[in-house]
Amino acid sequence: MSDTPPLRALIAEDEPLLAAGLQADLAALWPELQIAAVVGDGASAVEHALALKPQVCFLDIRMPGLSGLEAAQALAEDWPASAPFPLVVFVTAYDQYALQAFDAQAVDYLVKPVDRPRLAACIARLQARLADRTPKTDALQQSVDQLRALLGATAPAAMQRLEVVQAQVGAVVHLVPVGEVIYFEAADKYVRVITADREHLIRLSLKELLPQLDPQAFWQVHRSTVVQARCITTARRDESGKVYLSLRGRPETLTASRLYAHLFKGM
Amino acid sequence: MAKSPTSAAQSLELPLSFIWRELRIGVLVCLGVAAFLTLLFGDRFWINLVYSLCIGLTIQALIETGRHGFDAWLRRRNPGAVNDGRRWPGWQIMVPWILVSVALGYTFGSIVAAGLTGTSHLHDSLLANNWRALAVIMPIVIAISLGTTYFFYARGRLAVTEAQVQAARRAAAENQLKLLESQLEPHMLFNTLANLRVLIGTDPPRAQAMLDRLIAFLRATLSASRTGRHTLAAEFDRLADYVALMGVRMGPRLASRLDLPEALRDLTVPPLLLQPLVENCIKHGLEPKVEGGLIEVRARRDGAVLELTVRDTGVGLPDGRPIQETGFGLVQVRERLATLYGREASLVIAAASDERGGTLATVHLPIDDPTT
Repeated sequence: MSDTPPLRALIAEDEPLLAAGLQADLAALWPELQIAAVVGDGASAVEHALALKPQVCFLDIRMPGLSGLEAAQALAEDWPASAPFPLVVFVTAYDQYALQAFDAQAVDYLVKPVDRPRLAACIARLQARLADRTPKTDALQQSVDQLRALLGATAPAAMQRLEVVQAQVGAVVHLVPVGEVIYFEAADKYVRVITADREHLIRLSLKELLPQLDPQAFWQVHRSTVVQARCITTARRDESGKVYLSLRGRPETLTASRLYAHLFKGM
Repeated sequence: MAKSPTSAAQSLELPLSFIWRELRIGVLVCLGVAAFLTLLFGDRFWINLVYSLCIGLTIQALIETGRHGFDAWLRRRNPGAVNDGRRWPGWQIMVPWILVSVALGYTFGSIVAAGLTGTSHLHDSLLANNWRALAVIMPIVIAISLGTTYFFYARGRLAVTEAQVQAARRAAAENQLKLLESQLEPHMLFNTLANLRVLIGTDPPRAQAMLDRLIAFLRATLSASRTGRHTLAAEFDRLADYVALMGVRMGPRLASRLDLPEALRDLTVPPLLLQPLVENCIKHGLEPKVEGGLIEVRARRDGAVLELTVRDTGVGLPDGRPIQETGFGLVQVRERLATLYGREASLVIAAASDERGGTLATVHLPIDDPTT
């Protein structure tokens, strides 16, 4: 075990005192664990985790920018195949909904304030998982399953279905029937609406748009892509678990992330 | 199912218990009439009772059928009308219907009772054209019918009023609870406690100061629903507590400025009126913003109007869309203003107009304090 790489963790917590408190408690209970980075928002968490490749990530759920759940989703989609996916522990003050979903497949889930015995139990669980980890064991797959359950649990309630997309260009509003849309793609604060022959921008985030779409007809295949199922012709899986989709009426291929690859299975 | 106990009992879904309740009163009235007739005319009591029951219950059945029938008919014709659950089509329909019911019920009941008792009683007068006897009997029957119907009408109205009072009381209690819940938001409370827990280990004096703030805030929250007014100075102190608690949590991401001119300190306002506005600014404006920002609360006097503003330099309103007014905090502020000041007070939420961005909430209140 001499060439074991040092154990490193990332803490993402927007409240500085709580971040410092967690760091201090971890130092006391698990001295071998190095804290590679402490960040205060979701986007930095993703950036630092991708750069530093820690084995463990403590993610607060409510953070500015990306939430902890969204950060984990981004990590699951962008994580390179070369390094094992980190064990993710979510931390929150009060989010019952996620707790229930999480029960089934948690690496762990801490509720603030976190007392020492509870943190010690979490550490024991993490250590067991790390020891158990044969080089290729799929922490990623576990995280993916776990995230899928969490994202499902936090999905907003169905709203009124959108019939027509209204895209404004200057003084002109283009009306696009939802049925003609091949896919939606998030682009910063906008969503690109792609039909067979045109492309529009709407001032709406994908998160706001999603509950207005019929989930039977429109499938989310990536955190930034929602595609109309009947426009997909083939789905091809590569060895890393990513799935490439070719479309009816569009030349480009779309990538379905590992999180949504389960949608594409033979009947 | 209908909500109030009255309409539940009177609706056709529970015909047995409804018929039983009506019958009890009908039979009691008939017993009284029989006794009265026995005293008046000196006939045998049981014969009077049979007549009285046959006539009385027939009339009652006709009146009640008419009451429900007309009510249902009116409601079908006019589906938009308010349904207060009383099943009362109005006196203008019921008085003529009662007269018709009395005439029909009297005739039918007399014939049946005569058949049952084998008598050719006083009540044959109707058939025998004995108008004098009829002139005595009829007003009595009509008066009793009207009286009994009025009794049912009044009882229904009383029950409906009671149900409304109950519902109002329930709504008020629910609102209080929701107010308390919104102010003691669990996420805020547990995060604050988590911070306190860390501070106790690392910086006990600061922990103590934070705990004092939390205590003051909790005390104000729990008594806010009970006290009518407190001074603007007290209001700003509680806001300072809240902002300080949030400041410990958010660290350098939260800056604040509370500006209360000396001259306005003793004006009174409803307690914790501004707290939901400050909370909104932090929760929706500053917390989601990675770099955080400033929250600013000001009081200003303009003649007889007090202007209170809460602004942040946060992420601002979702653009191009109306402000979400469904959040309990804002609804509650509006309701309190409307209840206490009517149209004289207002709350406007808008995008802040300067280059720092964010949201600006403005409250206007009449100054009704004679001491200033």
